[in-house]
Amino acid sequence: MSTLLEIHDLTIWFDTDEGPVLAVNGLSLALEPAQVLALVGESGCGKTVTALSLLRLAPPNARVTGQARFDGKDLLAMPGRQLRAVRGRQISMVFQEPMSSLNPVFTVGRQIAEVLRRHRKLSNRDANARAVELLDLVRIPAALRRMEEYPHQMSGGMRQRVMIAMAVACDPKLIIADEPTTALDVTIQAQVLDILRDLRERFGTAILLITHNLGVVADIADRVVVMYAGHKVEQAPVGELFATPQHPYTIGLLGAVPRRQTHQSADRRLAEIPGLVPVLRQTPTGCVFAPRCTRRTDPCQVTTPELTPIPPDQHVACLHPGTRQEVPA
Amino acid sequence: MTVTPVDPQPALTLTARALRRRRARRRFTARPLAVAGALGVALVVIFAVFAPLLSPVDPNAPNFDTVLAGPSPHHLAGTDQLGRDVLSRLFYGARSALLAGVLSTLLATVVAVPVGLLAGYYRRILDAVVMRIMDVALAFPFLVLAVGLAAVLGPSLVNATLALGIAQIPVIVRITRGEVLAARELDYVAASVVNGSGSATIMARQILPNVLSPVVVQATLTIPTAIVGAAILSYLGLGVQPPTADWGAMLSEARIYLSQAPWLGVFPGLAIFLTALSFNLLGDGVRDALDPRMRP
Amino acid sequence: MRWYLTRRVAASLLTLFLATIVVFLGVRALPGDPAVALSAESNDPAVVAAIQHKYHLDEPVVSQYGHWLGLALTGDLGDSPLTRLPVSSVLANRIPVTVELTLLALVIGLVIGVPAGVIAAVRPGRITDYLASGVALAGLSIPHFWFGIVLILLLAVHLHLLPAAGFVPILQDPVSNLLHMLMPAFVLGAGLAAVIMRQTRSAMLESLGADYIRTARAKGLSEWSVVTVHALRNSLVTVVTVFGLQLGALIGGVVTIEQVFDIPGIGKLTLDSVFQRDYPTLQGVVLLTAAAYILVNLLVDLTYTVINPRIRVTGAPT
Repeated sequence: MSTLLEIHDLTIWFDTDEGPVLAVNGLSLALEPAQVLALVGESGCGKTVTALSLLRLAPPNARVTGQARFDGKDLLAMPGRQLRAVRGRQISMVFQEPMSSLNPVFTVGRQIAEVLRRHRKLSNRDANARAVELLDLVRIPAALRRMEEYPHQMSGGMRQRVMIAMAVACDPKLIIADEPTTALDVTIQAQVLDILRDLRERFGTAILLITHNLGVVADIADRVVVMYAGHKVEQAPVGELFATPQHPYTIGLLGAVPRRQTHQSADRRLAEIPGLVPVLRQTPTGCVFAPRCTRRTDPCQVTTPELTPIPPDQHVACLHPGTRQEVPA
Repeated sequence: MTVTPVDPQPALTLTARALRRRRARRRFTARPLAVAGALGVALVVIFAVFAPLLSPVDPNAPNFDTVLAGPSPHHLAGTDQLGRDVLSRLFYGARSALLAGVLSTLLATVVAVPVGLLAGYYRRILDAVVMRIMDVALAFPFLVLAVGLAAVLGPSLVNATLALGIAQIPVIVRITRGEVLAARELDYVAASVVNGSGSATIMARQILPNVLSPVVVQATLTIPTAIVGAAILSYLGLGVQPPTADWGAMLSEARIYLSQAPWLGVFPGLAIFLTALSFNLLGDGVRDALDPRMRP
Repeated sequence: MRWYLTRRVAASLLTLFLATIVVFLGVRALPGDPAVALSAESNDPAVVAAIQHKYHLDEPVVSQYGHWLGLALTGDLGDSPLTRLPVSSVLANRIPVTVELTLLALVIGLVIGVPAGVIAAVRPGRITDYLASGVALAGLSIPHFWFGIVLILLLAVHLHLLPAAGFVPILQDPVSNLLHMLMPAFVLGAGLAAVIMRQTRSAMLESLGADYIRTARAKGLSEWSVVTVHALRNSLVTVVTVFGLQLGALIGGVVTIEQVFDIPGIGKLTLDSVFQRDYPTLQGVVLLTAAAYILVNLLVDLTYTVINPRIRVTGAPT
């Protein structure tokens, strides 16, 4: 199978009042059809802007360079008209805030039908009929009646399902889901993930999942890319990542997950990694994680670690990789 | 065990406030139009203050040798039907324009802010009564109200200022009250209510500082309205009376000479327009500098 | 919802009632004895006394107000002492003139203001924004009456393109009516356009930054529908709300513009009755203005609840 999405050397600078800030530095990754790839990291690590920049929806003060090949065509370079034909039809997005991401003055039915009218050239009536089916598909009860409701009349979970219904309306090859469950209750989270998994299974939709929630990752992802301060620090199939994390940051993140089914006590506190994600005003020299790293040595401050493969299928950017917790002697 | 909380807030707020102020100043000076507005206002103030020094001749001295003479090196803005120098009259006219415009707004603010503060703070009946009165006052358009008041009070600069001031009160009361209602919800205001601080203290120390800057910005933005309003009153004969040099009164006097001497109609109006524009630019600039959300 | 409507209407009626008191007392406070004015400046005490009695001017203020309000409710606003005509019929003659002027101004204001605001907001900080915002600020600062004077000098006196002033009834000669109305409506409309432009711009800036706009773009919609369907629809909700408040400025503008262009509408009637101390007419015309203002604000509020689904439902116990 050919690669569906191939991001190569994606770099994003933000122009701010205080000068440029590096948000993403030389990110590369690949996504196969029907695959679920999770992009994880703390807030501010550049994962959301990565997701937005793929459809060129990043804020206007973001300077994006690099390539993002989708079906062989570079999303970042294609003409606007072509891009708009891709948006919502071949790649669609699910956003974090289902309340503010839906237009408050239109009914949800109209907002779903709009995508169908745009890309499928359906008539009003056909689009509405299909929208009802879609609401059914995302398990919204009494779909016909719900069509006429406005977003504020729905619960958060309902709204997110409407967002997903909108996203799958045209059977896209890829859904980019930016923290799709963050704003939702835990039980609703599970339902939404169920729906996404179901879509992947039934329609072969690939999913690029942006999240900081490793529980969600374990639940649904095939592969994981860990980002820190705009850099990819580790990449692995989901099993390996949880079993043999190599990067100290990944290990720290995993420590920050409440793990119920492990041998550790069930109500273990969230481990926190001391320090803050740095704000980069220039391309850094040395490892970006060094200031917070327990394994830091002098070379870490000057040598930028390359992404190196660890067989069978893991990659890590660290001078001192390994699954151990402590600093080498 | 009693816990004495060490509050790091004051020092922090002070520096944060200083920083905010510096940022605001930078945002203001970064806007050429805002700076232009400030310069324009400064210029009008200079004209008003130094009118006797700037004016080539006595603004009220008739000269029947040069009646209705067009602009010339001698009379840069021409002369009127009595041969008076229009430029000199324009300089002197800045006085009544500023007085009526700025003083009336000041008057309205001084009256309206305490009223709005009390209404917004105590709410309930007081608020209901005050706001009902303001609703009634607002049912009369600003200019109709000003014209009515000026007619009641009798035509003069002082009365026009008074009329314009009173006419501005309802709007400023409304804005103040709205801001007070918002400020009441702030955590630290609620905290000092819980702490049992006196109402007067809370209003003066906690709420007023929060309310003042948006209200002042709004007031700045009503100055141009008041300046134009003052000109209209004078134009209608309800404000400054001829022969006193006043832009509105000058336009009124010029009415029958317009086709022969268009400059009589152009220059005073231009003066009103540019003064109002300067105040608007200044007010917009101050607002944007204090509240950058509305601008990118 | 029904509860909200009832309260809103009741509040408007109360405001209107209080406004009648203000109008009555305000006009009473005007300098000069109305009886003297009514008697055509007669100095004969007997004549004045007779007039005082006829118009209940010799009674206490409260009962004077009662008489006046009672008659006003039946549509009788008294007679003008100058023309001897009933005030209500004078008003009825003047209203269509002012309504035509304001409607024309409104159309001009919307046609210029909304697109200009949208264009400015779509590319904020660019040349189009500066141009539109600058012109709007100028439009906000320019004294209407002077703008009118300048236009008359330029278009009528100098270029002879349009009639300088005056009014022709629309039924008598529609074309001439329109030609006479063009300049005053434009002057009023320009001021209105400035306000509408600024409101539209800031509302559009807010809408365009909203998450749902990002969603609309992510759906693959064209920039045109993103702006005109998704952003504009939300912005108009805000623009409509401020419109009610703008009406006051519009009516204020009518007063001076009708004076400058010599148009026999409500605004000119207001000034004329002030200067001629025609108190019954003044009372009638100011009351009419206040009532119109209160009514339009009520209508704007109701419109707002219709176009803003969030309000529509929060008030409704379903």
